[in-house]
Amino acid sequence: MAYLDEHMETISREELEELQYKLLRSQVTRLYSSSPFYHARMREAKVHPDDIRSLQDIVKLPFVHKKDLRDNYPEGMLSVPRREVIRYHASSGTTGKPTVVCYTRKDIDTWTESLARGLTSIGLGPDDVIQVSNTYGLFSGGLGFHYAAERIGAAVVPASTGNTERQIELILDLGVTAMAATPSYMLHLGEVAEKMGVSIKKDTKLKVGLLGGEPWSIKMRDRIDEWLGIKGINCYGSSEMYGPMFTECSEQDGIHIWGDIAYAEILDQETGGPVAPGEKGELVLTMLQKEALPMIRYRVGDVTEMVDEPCACGRTHPKIRRIFGRVDDMLIIRGINVFPSQVEHALMGIPEVGEHFQIVVDRKGALDTMLVRVELKKEAFTDNIVQLMDLRERIAYRLRGILNIKAAVELVEPDTLQRFEGKAKRVIDRRDI
Amino acid sequence: MYQKYRIKQLSIFSENRPGRLAALAKAMMEEDVNIYAFSIAEGAGYGVIRALVDHPEKAFKKLSSMGVTVRYTDVLAVEMEDRPGGLYEVVRTLAEAGINIEYSYAYSGKRCAVVILRVENIDRAAETLLEEGVRLLEISQFT
Repeated sequence: MAYLDEHMETISREELEELQYKLLRSQVTRLYSSSPFYHARMREAKVHPDDIRSLQDIVKLPFVHKKDLRDNYPEGMLSVPRREVIRYHASSGTTGKPTVVCYTRKDIDTWTESLARGLTSIGLGPDDVIQVSNTYGLFSGGLGFHYAAERIGAAVVPASTGNTERQIELILDLGVTAMAATPSYMLHLGEVAEKMGVSIKKDTKLKVGLLGGEPWSIKMRDRIDEWLGIKGINCYGSSEMYGPMFTECSEQDGIHIWGDIAYAEILDQETGGPVAPGEKGELVLTMLQKEALPMIRYRVGDVTEMVDEPCACGRTHPKIRRIFGRVDDMLIIRGINVFPSQVEHALMGIPEVGEHFQIVVDRKGALDTMLVRVELKKEAFTDNIVQLMDLRERIAYRLRGILNIKAAVELVEPDTLQRFEGKAKRVIDRRDI
Repeated sequence: MYQKYRIKQLSIFSENRPGRLAALAKAMMEEDVNIYAFSIAEGAGYGVIRALVDHPEKAFKKLSSMGVTVRYTDVLAVEMEDRPGGLYEVVRTLAEAGINIEYSYAYSGKRCAVVILRVENIDRAAETLLEEGVRLLEISQFT
């Protein structure tokens, strides 16, 4: 098992927590004196750096929300002199203003180190050719993988998004062994390859998919792994953290959150307090080394659970499970919380339908209705209408079992639902509330 | 030995929305394919279109290239006399032999009327009908 930084990655939990405390303490002390934003926030919450006497005292510190970034657009949260900034990234800003994030040289280095540890833990190295099919530009995904892949000595193919046929030609011609993309784009690429007469499994050297940017299920992972003959590695990050930062190791059993870089808490969404160990909740991250745009108790908005058992790979840092959904992705239908990822999970167990789906939520009178549209696979089509009816019922039954609410099911023709190259938008909410 | 009576019917999965049937019919016209008979079975939000055409392979190829979900289903095409009792003579034979008909549709051709039958055991149905002297269309008539 290769490590990028064996000492740090296998550090004992006691040593790690001691290091985390030291980093937290010095970060908070620095921000209290040099960041007007954090100074005001801490004054408001009546907490002083001297109140942080242990790692557990982190709960005394106030939360930071995405809204804070928007309210302080563009650089109100900058915590270093401006001349120390060497890079900006920005989010698309679907609701009003975009959010801008900035980086010092050390920030770029920490980010690269974090993701490079992950790539090494998957077994990637100088012999690999990594195609980065995440967007390059203002979005942090492309450059994040680019720098980390170079750090481990791999050859980078900076393909960015789009022109899927060309992407497949590059994979074939350059002997690409790993590819960074969203899971839905990975599937799309597999479909396009088949139409071109190319089997990703048999005709290419691709062995690893570095997949993230949207929630996806283990079933979808298994399907990708089996169909495309690769290891689908779950990757995690967001531009407010730095960018894509954390990955699963080759065990594919949870995402390692490097404790010297970030401290993770899982919160109960109702109470704001910690959840019981192993329970789902909202991920809250504190970046322990970030300089230009520090994030203290940042409410990422992703729902996951913590795995606090040693990993078979030998790394000692805490892990999180898959991202279950977004706090703000969550649909409330007839008072019940529904995540699109649950629908995906339910459909993955039905071999007759494809992985693309659409959820349509509407309101008839006072009652919410939910419709799931799913593509019937070509090979599953039968002339027997009773069997098709039966399939619909089977899907509805399974959805009901997983979601706890009744959903109507519509079978649609293959390749008719919209495909997404970036984050999939699978919900149409027609309720006028 | 009853292989030659297995007529290739096209079964098409189609969403139930305006213009879908028109698009399929237009494609058949462009390929110069004549549709002898067709039926639409209605599911919930989708339909299964079944069609008997003069050139099934040409039609299949065209529809597949359009991304349409289509498959062949073997059916029997039974000639019957176009007069009262014509249908009865055909189906009575099957009823007596205990053969169930899954679905059926018919057309009245220039020479005679034809009933298309989808049955569970197609060879046994063919055998039963032939023994009774009923005429079946052969696959060579659809090329």
